[in-house]
Amino acid sequence: VCFIPGGLDCSISFVSHVLGKVCVHGRQKEILGVLVPHLMDLTKSDCIWQRICWRLVECVPDRWMEAVVLGFVQRAPGADVLSRLLGNLVVKNKKAQFVVTQKMLLLQYGHTTAVLQNLLGYLSLDSLRRSLLLRVLQELLETWSSSSAVKHSPAEQQLYISKAILICLSHLKEPEIESCRQELLTSMMEGVKCHLDSSLPQLRRLGMVVAESISSKINTEGPVLKFEYEEDDETRELKSLLVQTPPFCVVPSLPDDDRSEKAGAALPLVPESDEKPHTAAPVMPDEELDAELDSDDDLTPYDMSEDKELKIKTPVYIRDCIEVLTGSRAEDVDEWEAAVKALESLVRKNPAATREVSVELAKILLHLEEKTCIEGFVELRQRAQVAVLTTDPIPVAKYLTSQFYSLNYSLRQRMDILDVLVLAAQELSCPKFHGKTKHSGAQKPCIQLLPGSDSSKDWRRIVDERIKSKTRRFDMGRSHVELASCPNKFNSVAGHFFFPLIQHFDRPLTTFDLLGEDHLVLGRLVHTLAILMYLAVNTVAVTAMGKALLEFVWALRFHTDSYVRQGLLSCISSLLLSVPAERVLADMTEELLETQSWLGDVMEKDPDADCRRLALQNLLLMENLKKKLEAVPS
Amino acid sequence: MALPPPDPQFVLRGTSASVHTLHFSCGGPEPDIPLLFSGSENGFIHVWNLKTHRVDTALDGHGRKSVYCVETMGGKDRLLSQGRDQRICLWDLAEGRTSVTDSVFTEHVGFCRCSLLKVAQGRWLMAMAARSLEEVQILELPSKTSVCTLKPEVGAKLGMPMCLKLWQLNCDSQPVLLAGYEDGSVVLWNVSMGKALSQLICHQEPVMSLDFDVEKAKGISGSSEKVLSIWSLNEQQNLQVYETLELVNAGISDITIRPDKKILATAGWDHRIRIFGWKKLKPLAVLDYHTATAHCVSFSDHSNPRERLLAAGSKDQRISVWSIYAQT
Repeated sequence: VCFIPGGLDCSISFVSHVLGKVCVHGRQKEILGVLVPHLMDLTKSDCIWQRICWRLVECVPDRWMEAVVLGFVQRAPGADVLSRLLGNLVVKNKKAQFVVTQKMLLLQYGHTTAVLQNLLGYLSLDSLRRSLLLRVLQELLETWSSSSAVKHSPAEQQLYISKAILICLSHLKEPEIESCRQELLTSMMEGVKCHLDSSLPQLRRLGMVVAESISSKINTEGPVLKFEYEEDDETRELKSLLVQTPPFCVVPSLPDDDRSEKAGAALPLVPESDEKPHTAAPVMPDEELDAELDSDDDLTPYDMSEDKELKIKTPVYIRDCIEVLTGSRAEDVDEWEAAVKALESLVRKNPAATREVSVELAKILLHLEEKTCIEGFVELRQRAQVAVLTTDPIPVAKYLTSQFYSLNYSLRQRMDILDVLVLAAQELSCPKFHGKTKHSGAQKPCIQLLPGSDSSKDWRRIVDERIKSKTRRFDMGRSHVELASCPNKFNSVAGHFFFPLIQHFDRPLTTFDLLGEDHLVLGRLVHTLAILMYLAVNTVAVTAMGKALLEFVWALRFHTDSYVRQGLLSCISSLLLSVPAERVLADMTEELLETQSWLGDVMEKDPDADCRRLALQNLLLMENLKKKLEAVPS
Repeated sequence: MALPPPDPQFVLRGTSASVHTLHFSCGGPEPDIPLLFSGSENGFIHVWNLKTHRVDTALDGHGRKSVYCVETMGGKDRLLSQGRDQRICLWDLAEGRTSVTDSVFTEHVGFCRCSLLKVAQGRWLMAMAARSLEEVQILELPSKTSVCTLKPEVGAKLGMPMCLKLWQLNCDSQPVLLAGYEDGSVVLWNVSMGKALSQLICHQEPVMSLDFDVEKAKGISGSSEKVLSIWSLNEQQNLQVYETLELVNAGISDITIRPDKKILATAGWDHRIRIFGWKKLKPLAVLDYHTATAHCVSFSDHSNPRERLLAAGSKDQRISVWSIYAQT
């Protein structure tokens, strides 16, 4: 496509038509692959070529405009190039404006970060277009802060919108931020609330990062919002989007300047004296030794051999521990610490003594709060609880499951109960797990939010491994404990762990409503039931458990929280893996068929990618199950 | 063969509360009775008669809030006490009176003991932690006028002042303050100018107590760690670390250097009192009598060296009085 410059009035609308037609037929890559580099070079310094280019795109008919614009935005190597090529197309053409400001940002989410940078950079480069940038930011924030969007849109879309918001923020200048500061603040507050409510840790982190960024933009002086979360590649990438060239951050320098000005009573000698300790060797007055008679010589030391490190006596009896922990001698915090540290090993070494006081111990441990600052308190307490539960499973399980549904416990305590039940079940069913529980129930010291679904990742790995090796396992028949052959202790108590938990889930209490606000606990409960189901393989109660679980899943299958749905799907997986195939097909045929159609629905329509994957796995499991049984000659 | 450590010469019982502070007043000529003042957690100040080993008087002036500092001002008739009721009380104890003549409302809610320095006949300077978190106020007593307020620079993050010592090289020189702070540093302040002269980070944990030898320009500080830090002041008024001394158990509540600068005593959280030689910091003795944290330790000011005593007060409500190294 070659033009002859100079004086000639040429109409290029036919070229636009061609371009449009080609693009709409899906050949954007080919044609723009050739066109864009040419135009890039030609328009670099030549105004006429720029105008020609603009005419070119402006003349594309509306019905093909979208494809062309999309193609250009994706193809252009930078925002300035895009600006040169498209000019103020978005301002002049309604369709282009729609595509750029609405469709690509809010309705699609598959584009890369580079494309986003191009698009938003393009909007920011011209004063005519900046108003569009502000409008785009407002709409993005509206979506970001809407609770229904957070609950129902897929995680990838939320990530996309967050990136777009951060890039917009990076392009805004001070006066513009001033003008929309109030709106930014309101959306940030609403949005952060919706994000923190979510059960998925990734969404919570997204919310935190975006809120921090918004806060740092609107509060250039004074304290900014700062959350505590684990940094990973995603958060680092997001944060890097905030900084554009030219750099925008004003925050760090201001306080430093203020400080150096205000230091009236300055410590000019401070840096020196701070360094001196490092370099100064002990100044031993060696010379003085000879010169002066050491008058210390007449002070003879006394015998100090008794002076040893003070050791706190660790309690040796469980009842002693109980006494100390129930605070009858509340003053002695050293003893309390020693008791907490020693409890687990005492319980394990004295099972008979533990069984006498097991429920009391369980009660004490459930309510035990950190009196002094011990390292790893949460883990110590949890291990002690697991030890008590494994030593005397039935009464303690009864106690714990009843407390799970009682009034006046915090969410943290209820989730602790679930964690302890799972850990104990693991220990009881797989003796080789004992002592190596890598289950990270311990919270990190900087606590503010409830921890994420760590347990779900662990068990999912286990289930995935199982699924991968499933055919082999089925062939090997019933032995799932290949190594140590000792009786499965979980067999007699599986039901005691499982059924009380599943009983009252639909009965709300004043402070605890599983089906209502406390869907995070519901999610954890569902995952716990899945693990218990999985661990109950080869136990006597497994079929009954399977039936109950299937009913439970059926009742909750349309839950709006994706974490809960993931749990439900994992329940189905556990069920299919644990309940013997014959029993599944014999006792649960209709339910299975209904479940299968539900799984098909989930696989196609569920917004959450993990749910879809789990549904697919379940369907595969079901297929294999059927094939297995059909293969066996009856 | 080293001798086993001595037993206490006697033990004073009867405070019915943890003992937080001790102060001797034995310098008076005969027939004055040597006295020991003790402040307890129940708000009482007991005046112990060291001849009869009994309480002569109990002073109640702090509303049953713990008393954590007692000092005499030039004799046993004038007492200063500081309590957790945020007040410093001045007592008149002459001729059997037990009245509070004056009080200063410090608004300080911490545990920092005030420090007194006599600058002229009838005039003292008192350094105390003030209301604002990092500040130290210097007042003149008995007029209670504020001399200055020592504020660390903004952003210094020293935390609360934990222990203070006012001193001057001789009667004519400027009074100087050594303050140990919560972040583990010791700062030397020039009181008249209100400026900090030097700062030294001695510990990683808060400085619990410090004492200073004016003649040798050497000081010692202890914190909740296992080390004692000994530092010195050079001619440019700069603090520098001289030595660190490792302890067997962590935690020091109080440190005192004997007036003759030969030995020093530390009161530890491990219930033990340790004696060190001041010159070369040689460990000399470990006095193991108390059954709970030792809170305070104090040397007497007897004019006859042979009568010198060391007293230690502890959470176990006893005051142990020792005669150790009195012969030198």
